[in-house]
Amino acid sequence: MKLGLVVDLDTCVGCHACATACKQWNTSGTIGPLSDERPHGKDPSGSWLNRIHSYEVGDSPHSKTVNIPMSCMHCETADCVTVCPTGASYKREEDGIVLIDQDKCMGCNLCSWACPYGARELDPDSGTMKKCTLCVDRIYDEQLPEAERQPACVLTCPTSSRVFGDFDDPDSQVSKLTRERAGQQLMPELGYNPVNTYLPPRNPKQQDSIAVSPMQGVRQLVNRIINR
Amino acid sequence: MKQSQDLPQFEDHSKQEHRYTTCYMCACRCGIKVTLEDEKIRFVQGNPDHPVNKGVLCAKGNSAIMKQLSPAKLSQPLLRKPGTERGAGEFEPISWEAALNMLTARLANIRATDPKKLAYFTGRDQMQALTGLWASQFGTINWAAHGGFCSVNMAAAGLYTMGHSFWEFGDPDWENTKYFMMWGVAEDHASNPIKLGLKRIKERGAKFVAVNPVRTGYQAIADEWIAITPGTDGMFALSMMQVLLREGLIDDEFLIRYTNGPQLVINNPGKQGDGLLLRDEQGNPQVWDQHTDGVQSALSADVAPALMGAYEAPCGTPVRTAFSILMEKYMAPEYAPIAASKVCGIDAESIERIALEMAHVAFKETITIDTEWTDWAGRKQTQFIGRPVSMHAMRGISAHSNGFQTCRAIHLLQVVLGTIDCPGGHLAKPPFPKHIVPPIKPAKGNAPNTPLESAPLGFPTQPEDLVIDENGKPRRIDKAYSWDAPIANHGLMHMVISNAVAGDPYRIDTLMLFMANMAWNSSMNTAQTMDMLRAKDDDGEYKIPFIVTCDAFHSETVNFSDLVLPDTTFLERYDTISMLDRPISEVDAACDSIRQPILALDRDVRSWQEVMVDLAGRLKFPAFINDEGQPKFKGYEDFIVNFERAPGIGFLAGWRGKDGDKSLRGEPNPNQWKAYIDNQCFFKFELKPNQRYMRHANRDYMELAKEAGWVGSTDQIVIEIYSETLQKFRLAGQGLYDGPQPTEEHHKERLKTYFDPLPFYYPPLEQARTDAQEYPFYAVNQRPMFMYHSWDSQNSWLRQIMSQNYLYMHRSKGEALGIKDFGWAWVESHNGRIRAQVKLMEGVNPETVWTWNAIAKQQGTWGLSDDANESQQGFLMNHLINELLPGEAEAGGHRMTNSDPVTGQAAWYDLRVKITPVGKDEIPLSEQNLAWPRFDKAKALPNFTPASKMSSYSSHPNINISRGWRDIFSRGEK
Repeated sequence: MKLGLVVDLDTCVGCHACATACKQWNTSGTIGPLSDERPHGKDPSGSWLNRIHSYEVGDSPHSKTVNIPMSCMHCETADCVTVCPTGASYKREEDGIVLIDQDKCMGCNLCSWACPYGARELDPDSGTMKKCTLCVDRIYDEQLPEAERQPACVLTCPTSSRVFGDFDDPDSQVSKLTRERAGQQLMPELGYNPVNTYLPPRNPKQQDSIAVSPMQGVRQLVNRIINR
Repeated sequence: MKQSQDLPQFEDHSKQEHRYTTCYMCACRCGIKVTLEDEKIRFVQGNPDHPVNKGVLCAKGNSAIMKQLSPAKLSQPLLRKPGTERGAGEFEPISWEAALNMLTARLANIRATDPKKLAYFTGRDQMQALTGLWASQFGTINWAAHGGFCSVNMAAAGLYTMGHSFWEFGDPDWENTKYFMMWGVAEDHASNPIKLGLKRIKERGAKFVAVNPVRTGYQAIADEWIAITPGTDGMFALSMMQVLLREGLIDDEFLIRYTNGPQLVINNPGKQGDGLLLRDEQGNPQVWDQHTDGVQSALSADVAPALMGAYEAPCGTPVRTAFSILMEKYMAPEYAPIAASKVCGIDAESIERIALEMAHVAFKETITIDTEWTDWAGRKQTQFIGRPVSMHAMRGISAHSNGFQTCRAIHLLQVVLGTIDCPGGHLAKPPFPKHIVPPIKPAKGNAPNTPLESAPLGFPTQPEDLVIDENGKPRRIDKAYSWDAPIANHGLMHMVISNAVAGDPYRIDTLMLFMANMAWNSSMNTAQTMDMLRAKDDDGEYKIPFIVTCDAFHSETVNFSDLVLPDTTFLERYDTISMLDRPISEVDAACDSIRQPILALDRDVRSWQEVMVDLAGRLKFPAFINDEGQPKFKGYEDFIVNFERAPGIGFLAGWRGKDGDKSLRGEPNPNQWKAYIDNQCFFKFELKPNQRYMRHANRDYMELAKEAGWVGSTDQIVIEIYSETLQKFRLAGQGLYDGPQPTEEHHKERLKTYFDPLPFYYPPLEQARTDAQEYPFYAVNQRPMFMYHSWDSQNSWLRQIMSQNYLYMHRSKGEALGIKDFGWAWVESHNGRIRAQVKLMEGVNPETVWTWNAIAKQQGTWGLSDDANESQQGFLMNHLINELLPGEAEAGGHRMTNSDPVTGQAAWYDLRVKITPVGKDEIPLSEQNLAWPRFDKAKALPNFTPASKMSSYSSHPNINISRGWRDIFSRGEK
């Protein structure tokens, strides 16, 4: 299996629901707590496994606002794993999820320097590295209702802009969406071969309009016999 | 997915329990499922079965844990320390019994002497059915919620046009619409439902047009973004109207059958009765029937009314159809696209094209739903015809002083296209639509120890309904329903403090505020509002003698209170979201819901609902005491179950009847709360397929609505493109009304100008009084989605997303002014100036600057540390806005409210500013990274525990996934 996410940039409105859902689930999850430094003070800063970035592309009047949620891409060539000196960072053989064994991580930061996507964050309290687990503790938890065996970010997304599934299965929704909507890897040129894909914004819908002849001028409306 | 062998057992589900309730961090009221373990919250998720959010949840809902853990939570009742000044923030704890005894004594005295001396105003609450009943039983007309500074323009325009409205009382038909136009949604109402809807229309390939000066949030995913000039949406809408009329692209069948377009209007300029509808002896409006070539009742089913034309009534009075007046008005050159483009900043070609695109969808892409239904006249119909163009509009329309007429203009576009309550159009949500308008008149009374004769807020239809005294002066403290704001259906909360301090129209004794931050971001002119709250008379008595605040958190307003009554959080209370109030209905179902306590109380606080019922008993309100004069209800839960507004109609519509087997109407059910809890805390009554559309003229629906008490009769709801109500007020302004008329010249002018029975565009009032050369920029604000409609920016997760706001402006303007990204600028209006940090951007109308509202906080409040960004770099635009209009006072020294002249809606977005860079040597180095103005630090409340420097929340210790050594050694670096 090759588990990962598809993120639809055509419908992401940048609401941050996925980011806080992730924080909420995982602070009591396998790599919790996700600590917050100065939570009520100056420049509050905590560890998050998923963040939303908003960009403007191009200059006005042709600019476009794009919201991009970023989390671990569960790369097939995961340099964050390669550089880990303790073996804490690893990519699971059976499903491709990249995880960090919290008991083996010594917080050296090498992995976060190796990650071009900024997906790894050092927890300010525990001093260990934290990252997206694809909610491994939800997707495999058979005691959860089947419909809820999804990453928290996917469950909560109000515009269903996040889809979870197996990219090895050509019939999975993630494979289909990637195929049909020309899903892209982020920065593929770097060679990490990220699993997650992003669906580009659709072309704006072209709407037919009623053709009018400018020469006709004002058209006279006439009373029709219509019974109330 | 099958669990892999090597994974540990993650959650100990045996220790967890799931409980359902309703979120309360904005106005959406989503259903949530809360997982608890060890009395801690493990997870809050959207309830998949819930009609509002269908399983999804926003950023706020997902941060509920941090709201619950906020260090700003109030923990006990507080009394301003004797001998200290109001606003100094020195309090001492007081017991609930002592606090309620003190309050009861004070209120009993007011009630026994002059009940209007209690002004009771509530903020973003969702319990107006209860607080309104309470005020009515107390006998004070001075009650309202926050709608007057939020969205009354939208509610009033909708209810006075088609009997429902945008947002709460209606929604686009997301499932069927093919063309969706969103006007002025400043990332505000609503949250999850709009997001769910946008996803649906994008999936289905409908076109999404966003009209907004700023391209953030929803605008980012629109197919087309219209960067309109703020406050000119009415011109845009009516210019498109001209295109449709010019090309004959109107749904005349819809207009004739369902609107007052063909009704005959008296055409007697300058004479009494001009502009009113021609009526027969029974009072029925008349049409020109083409079968009989004469005047007939407009309510008859058998007539073929002429939509256009001028005629002579049998009495010789010249008349013409309402639609003819409309035609004449909107075909005027001022509404031509080329003229409109100069006002709106939208090119004429786009105005033409969008109008013609909508017409294409309405008339060439019509949809039908084959369902038999019965129309208002009892005729069987075989299908619903859908013109699938829909719209939604909100704050960007509402917060201008031309918002009422602009919102009417937007509705009118939909009416002309025939898209009201049809498949793919704009649909009503039960208990709407209502007749135009609901037959509730605002109360005028003020008798000691006597309940009001009706609700404090209602729907005026004529000058006789105004709440004014024999001299024409306002009777309400906020001057709602006076000549200043005749159709102020939600009151004018933003005027209460200013008016009470000025003693205009009179002084009050006690101001009671619930969940409203009037000493900060909910008031215009914040610094001066603080001064007003502190203001004293020469005798040393405060001008507002007593201020009571109920809130769950340490807001800025708490500091300015004499008595603070601490509320619970939403996870600690019983509550109802009632059909009598602002229910959670969907377009195809009547719904209401409850909250239940999820967490046990850990501090000495009480829910305001409970306190309201308690006080009502202590004060011996007739509806709250039994024959022995003792409190009738044991508490809030008991009240909700047993109170009936009309026989069988109570706060909750579900599981009524002794055995809980009745819906909508039925006798009280003692087990009603349990029934709701067993059903995930909501009730959903689905409409049958034949009741889902054209409800204004659908007998199958209206019979149900009457039985449920939603409407008083099954008569057709005739959509009012022409508002006779407005014309009556206008006649009063012209001195042609047979009834109350204003005496002051400026009131006459306002009525003549703004009470046009057909919507029109006029420049917002403040803008019209501001020198555009001196103040070249429009200034508006938005609330970020992750804090929309919430008072939660102290939330430690959400404030990591944003703890400082910036002034956003177009890059080209910043460059021209020499202001760099992250540079500081002075922002100055007629009312004062502020210093703000600037960010430059592309996606904004170049003439407009904007910021995120209510990020800034006063130092020392909301549990934040002294160096928190909110109090250091955050700024409020409120300082630049005055609650009174700029410029000369009217004759007699009357300063006019900065509000919509029809509804009294606060005109937050009419502001104009000038912007100059902050010079290097202008301010001391120590202040160069600080916003201005600055305020004294609020003192800590008794027993306040500051937040720790590090927070690491979890409901259970983490279950680490251990990587085996064999895996490490056998796979090497992988």
